[in-house]
Amino acid sequence: MITGSAPWRGTAWAVGKLGLSGRTLVIAIPMLWLLVFFLAPFFVLGRISLAEAIIARPPYTPMFERGPDGSLEIIASLENYRFLLTDALYRNAYLSSIRIAAVSTIFALLIGYPMAYFIARAPEPRRSLLLLLVILPFWTSFLLRVYAWMGFLRTNGVINNMLMGMGVIDQPLVMMQTDFAVYIGIVYTYLPFMILPLYANLTKLDGALLEAASDLGASPVVTFFTVTLPLSLPGIVAGSMLVFIPAIGEYVIPALLGGPDTLMIGRVLWDEFFGSRDWPVASAVAIVMLVLVVAPIMWLQSVQNRRGAD
Amino acid sequence: MTNRFILAVSAAMVLQAGSAIADSINVFNWSDYIAPDTLEKFTAETGISVNYDVFDSNETLEARMLAGSSGFDVVVPTSDYMQRQIMAGVYQPLDRDLLPNLGNMDADLMELAAAFDPENEHSVIYLWGTTGIGYNAQAVADRLGDDYVVDSWSILFDPEKAALFQDCGIAWLDTEKELIPPAMRYLGLDPTSTSEEDFNTAADMLMQVRPTVRYFHSSQYISDLANGEICLAVGWSGDVLQAAERASETGQSFEVGYAIPDEGAHLWFDMLTIPVDAPNPEGAHAFINFIMDAQIAADITNYVMFPNANAASTPFVDEDVLNDPTVYPSDAARAGFWTLQPYDNRTERISTRLWTRLRTGQ
Repeated sequence: MITGSAPWRGTAWAVGKLGLSGRTLVIAIPMLWLLVFFLAPFFVLGRISLAEAIIARPPYTPMFERGPDGSLEIIASLENYRFLLTDALYRNAYLSSIRIAAVSTIFALLIGYPMAYFIARAPEPRRSLLLLLVILPFWTSFLLRVYAWMGFLRTNGVINNMLMGMGVIDQPLVMMQTDFAVYIGIVYTYLPFMILPLYANLTKLDGALLEAASDLGASPVVTFFTVTLPLSLPGIVAGSMLVFIPAIGEYVIPALLGGPDTLMIGRVLWDEFFGSRDWPVASAVAIVMLVLVVAPIMWLQSVQNRRGAD
Repeated sequence: MTNRFILAVSAAMVLQAGSAIADSINVFNWSDYIAPDTLEKFTAETGISVNYDVFDSNETLEARMLAGSSGFDVVVPTSDYMQRQIMAGVYQPLDRDLLPNLGNMDADLMELAAAFDPENEHSVIYLWGTTGIGYNAQAVADRLGDDYVVDSWSILFDPEKAALFQDCGIAWLDTEKELIPPAMRYLGLDPTSTSEEDFNTAADMLMQVRPTVRYFHSSQYISDLANGEICLAVGWSGDVLQAAERASETGQSFEVGYAIPDEGAHLWFDMLTIPVDAPNPEGAHAFINFIMDAQIAADITNYVMFPNANAASTPFVDEDVLNDPTVYPSDAARAGFWTLQPYDNRTERISTRLWTRLRTGQ
């Protein structure tokens, strides 16, 4: 016992000597994680976005250069950002990404809410099974599932063959390489991220409140809109954020299912990086996208904090 | 007798296993671009095992080369991309002493390739080919008549003709290098032009027919042509011919054809190169030398339907491949070919911008 606890006491002593409480240590781990995997890459990106593209390896100008008199010169320019602001392509791509992400989020909410509600209301043993079914697709590679959709949506694909076989249509519908296919892909892929937070929220809903509403003469529909829906708002916000944020930067789904008209910022980023070989502009595009995604989250956070304070 | 035999076999196995562990190379090549038994034969002959990885665009390869430390020993860029990558210091000079099979190569073609790499210092031709039109013969006959011969870019660039194929699907390669120069040639301009005005003229024309294009992709069209998902494609010669073969193997009711337009086409070379930071340059040289073996080069050409530049391999190339003018173009057709030099930074930016605008219809 004594020997076992000795090292721990020693550590605690050292921590206390350094002025570190257990609390700071616990916070330090995720902070360190963010520093290494988020802030450091962010600064690398920021540094490249201030450079200029050249034919070299790596293909951008160095940040520090020795001047003719041996002094250290810093080369940085905001030219790439100016370029992003003046070229309509980027604005259109950002707007179109936000639109596609927003529409997908709304559809994911419309489909996911009833599913989460149903699961939350199901009797206990069946509930775990239903939840398992929601998570089950994650056991297969995401890429394979998108390819499976290609098999469904193709001109000679499952859906067209079925509809033609039943005589509903006589010309195959062109579904691949359209925005429709992109919406299907995004809603399908991110639906579990909508269902899980909604489910977590809806199971905690106090049944007594619903009984009270019904005792006071509210119909089930009125009860839903005046009690259930407002109380599940945090779940709706959490689920929508989990769908909206990755959908904005989505690259794989529009690249595989989308058509040439599908303009999304992930694709523009790819073009700048691979097509033009312009890493600085690509970095600037990525940084602007990050700001665009972070800004609404910060705003939402502050709104929720204010609410909590009220 | 038996004992001695077993001993010899196990000794050989130990030797082979020993060298296999010590020796492996990483090869990065185009998708669908090698015979199925080539790597196996290479390992059997040299004891060097191969980790084989594929890409479908020069852009992907270039990004990995420019980032450095790719870990690849042999990569296969297209000539004009390679020229710029050599400028960036990406490839190491080849050691000719390690490449005794260099004598097998066709001197004329190597000379043409030397325009991209003076004296072929860094590279050897892997395969070469043209960029032309892949078509579904049935769909063409249905829309333009049984007698129509696909021999011009007009089937894709004339808005009225292209519109006829919109419903069954048109695919373009997803790189401006393969669409803007043919558009320039079709309009009577110099396909190697770098003038901004010529680029704009070509892009305006392409913009007119863009609505007929179902998608822009550089490898998807192979299987889509083969199963009838699309009926016209701007494609690389051997890829379209592979689609034709797959269509006939799977018993489709239509035939897939490849046409080199009379106006001319892009002639390109894919080059075997070794990155400066290759982990195993000796193994890389051994691989390149092995590919230059007459029989091996012929096997690859017979399978992928792209011509090689290996003069010694000609007797081993199948008669029908050798006499197929879509694989080995006639001298008359060759007269209209052009090769591309890398664009300077400014032209590169103009062409990429035009391409993004074209593809997205902005």
